[in-house]
Amino acid sequence: MTLYSNVLELIGNTPLVDISQLSPNPSVRIVAKLEGQNPGGSVKDRIALYMIEDAEKNGKLSSGSTILEPSSGNTGIGLAMIARAKNYSLNIVMPENVSRERRQALEAWGANIIDSPGSQGSNGAVRMAQRIAKENPEYVFLYQYGNPANPRAHFEGTGPEIYRDCPEVTHFVAGLGTSGTLIGVGSFLKSKNPDVKVWAIEPPSGEMVDGLRSLDDGYIPPIFVENNGSDLLDRRTIISPRESIEWLRKIASIGIFAGISSGAVMAGAARCAESISEGVVAVVFADGGWKYLSTGAWSDDIDLVVERAKSIIYF
Amino acid sequence: MAVEIRLPTLLRVHAQGNSSVSLEGSSLREVFDRLIEQFPAMAGQVITAEGSFHKFVNVYVNDDDVRYLDKLDTKLNDGDVITILPAVAGG
Repeated sequence: MTLYSNVLELIGNTPLVDISQLSPNPSVRIVAKLEGQNPGGSVKDRIALYMIEDAEKNGKLSSGSTILEPSSGNTGIGLAMIARAKNYSLNIVMPENVSRERRQALEAWGANIIDSPGSQGSNGAVRMAQRIAKENPEYVFLYQYGNPANPRAHFEGTGPEIYRDCPEVTHFVAGLGTSGTLIGVGSFLKSKNPDVKVWAIEPPSGEMVDGLRSLDDGYIPPIFVENNGSDLLDRRTIISPRESIEWLRKIASIGIFAGISSGAVMAGAARCAESISEGVVAVVFADGGWKYLSTGAWSDDIDLVVERAKSIIYF
Repeated sequence: MAVEIRLPTLLRVHAQGNSSVSLEGSSLREVFDRLIEQFPAMAGQVITAEGSFHKFVNVYVNDDDVRYLDKLDTKLNDGDVITILPAVAGG
């Protein structure tokens, strides 16, 4: 055993677990990277640490600084843990209709929460944070959607770890949020083996909370555009809330307690396994189930859970 | 052959309030042409005057983004479901 000098050293090096018993194709193995094992409970600890240390290195962030970031949950929670450990103040702009546990986790680590209208979803939080950043130039605006440290955390961390533990990987499947995981891990794995295929899974965004008045209000993260995300991906698939919850429960049935987006990603991995004759599919389970207990996702009637998903942001 | 197009909330106003429309066509291009014949206000909404997809629109056939299939030339089968969604952020 190693003795660690502080909690931040626990970020990364998460376990990769064989879950082939859930594969619909006996010739296709599926392995899952359990990012819920990070100390802040999600994959976003990685980018939070990279963005903060990057800002420290280039002199933008120093003692007494206040950090600002829009987040529907996990990035904010990762930043809150690190900001507390490093003694920075933190403002998180978050849609008011995220699950209750997210707010509580931010409060536990002393972050200041700025509510954005729930009806405007994640896009609304991004717009509000951009406005606050403009009005308060003294804030250090990390901006995960446009910060190269986000995909770099995955190119230097998550990707090499998957390749180290499972060099025979042929397909990589992950959720598309900021696109940081897909860009970073996808480009790393393709640099090792150009035949690796990268599948983006779009978890369902509740239609009532997409926050768009017109199509021109749409949003594509700058890191996706700058890294030619369209060319990197080989497939992009949407998964319905019902299918996500069904797969979330199957994941739990083999003893893995993952967050709701992992249900969507697993549904995508199963479709991927069905579409190929043989191979090894690596998936990222972005977080654990703890922050979603109040949603009843594992125990309530599935129709109820699916109905609720229309007005709550789970991802 | 008949396929179904599911429209996002903000495009329904251009389709007389319909949330989904059933149309005939063997390729995505044909189906979009017929959609615009039926609802002229849809012109320019999903496909630009230059013939490419609107920047902030994603089009899926049976859940798969058509940019990674054959784009507007994607072949359709009876019963296929076409979904149009606006681009939104996550994270």
